[in-house]
Amino acid sequence: MAKLHISTTINGEPTEYLCAPDETMLDVLRNGLGLTGSKEGCGSGDCGACSITMDGRLVCACLVLAAEAEGSEIETIEGMADGEALHPLQQKFLEMAALQCGICTPGMLVAAKSLLEQNPNPTETEVRYWLAGNLCRCTGYDKIIRAVMDTAADMRGAA
Amino acid sequence: MSETTNKWIGQNTIRPDGAPKVTGSAAFAADTNMPGMIWGSVLRSPHAHARIKSIDTSKAEAHPGVKAVVTAADIVDFPVDTPFPLGIQDMRWMCRNVMAREKALFHGHPVAAVAATSEAIAAEACKLIEVDYEVLPHAIEIDDALAPDAPILHDFIEFEGKPSNIAGTLEHTKGDIEAGFAEADVIIERDFTTRPVHQGYIEPHACLVSVAADGKATIWSSSQGQFMVRAMTGLLTGIPQSDIRAIPAEIGGGFGGKTIVYLEPLATILSKKSGRPVKMVMTREEVMRASGPTSGSKSTIKIGAKKDGTITAAEGIYWLQAGGLPGSPIRGAVGCALAPYDIPNGRTFGYDVVSNRSKVAAYRAPGAPIGAFGIECVLDEIAEELGMDPLDLRLKNAAKEGTQAVHGPTYPLMGYVESLEAAKAHDHYKAPLGPNQGRGVASGFWFNAGGESSAQVNITEDGNVVVTTGHPDIGGSRAGIANICAELLGIDYRRVSVLIGDTATIGFSNLTGGSRVLFASSIVVTESTNNVIGTLCALAAKIWDIDPEAVIWEDGEARPAGANAGQFPPLTLEELAARANESGGPIGAGAQINTTGAEGGFGTHICDVEVDPELGTVQVLRYTVLQDVGRAVHPSYVEGQMQGGAVQAIGWALNEEYIYNKNGHVDNPGFLDYRMPVASDMPMIDTHIIEIPNPKHPQGVRGVGEVPLVPGLAAVRNAIHDAVGVRFNDLPMSPPVVLDALDMAEAAE
Repeated sequence: MAKLHISTTINGEPTEYLCAPDETMLDVLRNGLGLTGSKEGCGSGDCGACSITMDGRLVCACLVLAAEAEGSEIETIEGMADGEALHPLQQKFLEMAALQCGICTPGMLVAAKSLLEQNPNPTETEVRYWLAGNLCRCTGYDKIIRAVMDTAADMRGAA
Repeated sequence: MSETTNKWIGQNTIRPDGAPKVTGSAAFAADTNMPGMIWGSVLRSPHAHARIKSIDTSKAEAHPGVKAVVTAADIVDFPVDTPFPLGIQDMRWMCRNVMAREKALFHGHPVAAVAATSEAIAAEACKLIEVDYEVLPHAIEIDDALAPDAPILHDFIEFEGKPSNIAGTLEHTKGDIEAGFAEADVIIERDFTTRPVHQGYIEPHACLVSVAADGKATIWSSSQGQFMVRAMTGLLTGIPQSDIRAIPAEIGGGFGGKTIVYLEPLATILSKKSGRPVKMVMTREEVMRASGPTSGSKSTIKIGAKKDGTITAAEGIYWLQAGGLPGSPIRGAVGCALAPYDIPNGRTFGYDVVSNRSKVAAYRAPGAPIGAFGIECVLDEIAEELGMDPLDLRLKNAAKEGTQAVHGPTYPLMGYVESLEAAKAHDHYKAPLGPNQGRGVASGFWFNAGGESSAQVNITEDGNVVVTTGHPDIGGSRAGIANICAELLGIDYRRVSVLIGDTATIGFSNLTGGSRVLFASSIVVTESTNNVIGTLCALAAKIWDIDPEAVIWEDGEARPAGANAGQFPPLTLEELAARANESGGPIGAGAQINTTGAEGGFGTHICDVEVDPELGTVQVLRYTVLQDVGRAVHPSYVEGQMQGGAVQAIGWALNEEYIYNKNGHVDNPGFLDYRMPVASDMPMIDTHIIEIPNPKHPQGVRGVGEVPLVPGLAAVRNAIHDAVGVRFNDLPMSPPVVLDALDMAEAAE
């Protein structure tokens, strides 16, 4: 199967890669580009551990074909902090112990950031439904939801 | 150590491994690659039960890109007639679980594995392996396996002199059970079932193994114990443990499910045969078909009490599914079932039942939630029958210091009564309920564990600290260790780095399991740190030319013990580290201890639900976890354990189950249909930490992580009863089940 040549932008950097027509975006990120922050928990779009944004839209990288990314802007967990300066969500997750094992954390953070970009003042219910596609088996979600709500309040205060 | 002097113990510090976890750079098992690496794939049995007559791998081996093939013939056999225990496992069963030997015992049981230059080629080559199966009738459920004409899984297992699927039993007794029931004013006996549930870690099993030309193996894998990986892989491959270096990757959840190996021995043999590093990663479907879960069960529970609520006798008989090979957690079920209560006459009995399911693995307080479920449900019914508050019934019979448990031990100081009293006093317990809403309570116990741990504490040349321990950190234990070490040294916790050593760099340390990690590792870290402090004081004494006994360590510096010791300006950790060579060189100490004194943990849960009578859905409205944790070294992570355990219990109670089809295959091997709780299902989970310090631990620590799963099943079930008046004795209480029961109750009226 001939490989396809794809030009895209990942975390602000122009990126080119070759991929098979049936390869997922997640496989290319993890195995081709070494961006292993996106995790594969299921490969079927049910756990959200591979959450990324494509042109601002929150997607599961395991459900996107790598070939679909031609010309698009992709953001992954690796692009969330600004050097050593963590994004407020990342900082809050640490301060509030909103992670235990940490495997769902990258996807959770990418999804939460996407929520706050669209809705800077979400209710608890809105946060819970937005993150319903991101499974966490460790925390029972309590501290994750609180961390997102707190970050939203902080960011509104700072804005 | 008094509360007021603690600077770091009890603080919610930022975990040492925090930044990598939130930026995506933390290396979990599937995140590591090597030059020249190839991929392994497993061929799995398409049958639930079949004799393997022959395997022909020649076509697969000839396939372009294939570098090695492994079958059971390559794995060390442990004959079935010679027990070979390793921890709580038996290598007879482990060798048959990682690769089917005489028989495939469940759909998805590994039969062979291939390593090839790509995942796709490896998977394709698996299909070229020809296996001649003699398909056998299968038994999935306990009743199928116990039926008189049941297919027998193992002809070497006999029970009461006949071939049987009962692979073992365990009994605890206390007092005279019949006399106890004779004294009772009320006796309630009920049958219960619980379904097998998966641990549900989000990270599938994964490993990367490189066997070098000299035969030495390096294993990167996600597990709850690098020493377990080394031992099991060594035993199953014949490689001496000294030639295996097992490096613990960050672990993406385990809950007990990663206390055994699945892939590591296969990848090791494939790497040895091919001369290439081999990576293997399970799909979610493989995880669901072939790893974990915990047992399904059936049980008969009988409890008798006097009119004043005094329990006179209690009995629990349990049948637990082991999966295809022996080893269900009957010890947890029969040991923990009655543990919260001071009962004069008690008996628990457990049967270990094999059937054609994947072999069970540990799951958070293995067996204990199963043991507690029926007991806590029957207690609820007795309370109702006697017109007593269910917490008062438990208080009346609560175990306390000096109580002899039905499973044997006499309890030291512990805080079960306090958890009940806190529940009774809690706002939650008094809050009003609306229509179709109800409240339930339940309690639970877990043994907790001590065991082997090792630590090394080293002072760096610039006066900072590196602590190495031997336990994979599954939920923030490095933060707790940093707090304790910083407290003892009197320095800022940010100056303490905490690392998890591999099998070559730290002494033997038993599994991350049994709620033992902070308990055991803080004992070895405390001993090591105290020895380091001794060295620092001796160094200061030498510099000052005074007796070492005349030096004390306070607030991160050496000081003369008093006026008689002489007048010297204090020496800080940095100053002493810089002058280490003046008196003996490197400053560091290690400890290796088989820790004891873990002592059990107790908790009580309050659950409010609302049942939708039209849809049969159950919404958890409010949930409170009250637990004696001994000492909360890092309160946020203690709360996190309580919250996470409770939500796993809610999932077990309400939704999680495997659906088997008539061929004995799991029909829902994924997260879409195996429905674990998601964020929108849950309320906030309130926690109430009770601290009755464990007198046998330097910081007062008790295990925390497992207790919170134990009471939850019955707390939810009792709440549903309170809401709609129906007693559900079978889990899960999923919408169709609830709806059917409500319809039947309505029809009966």
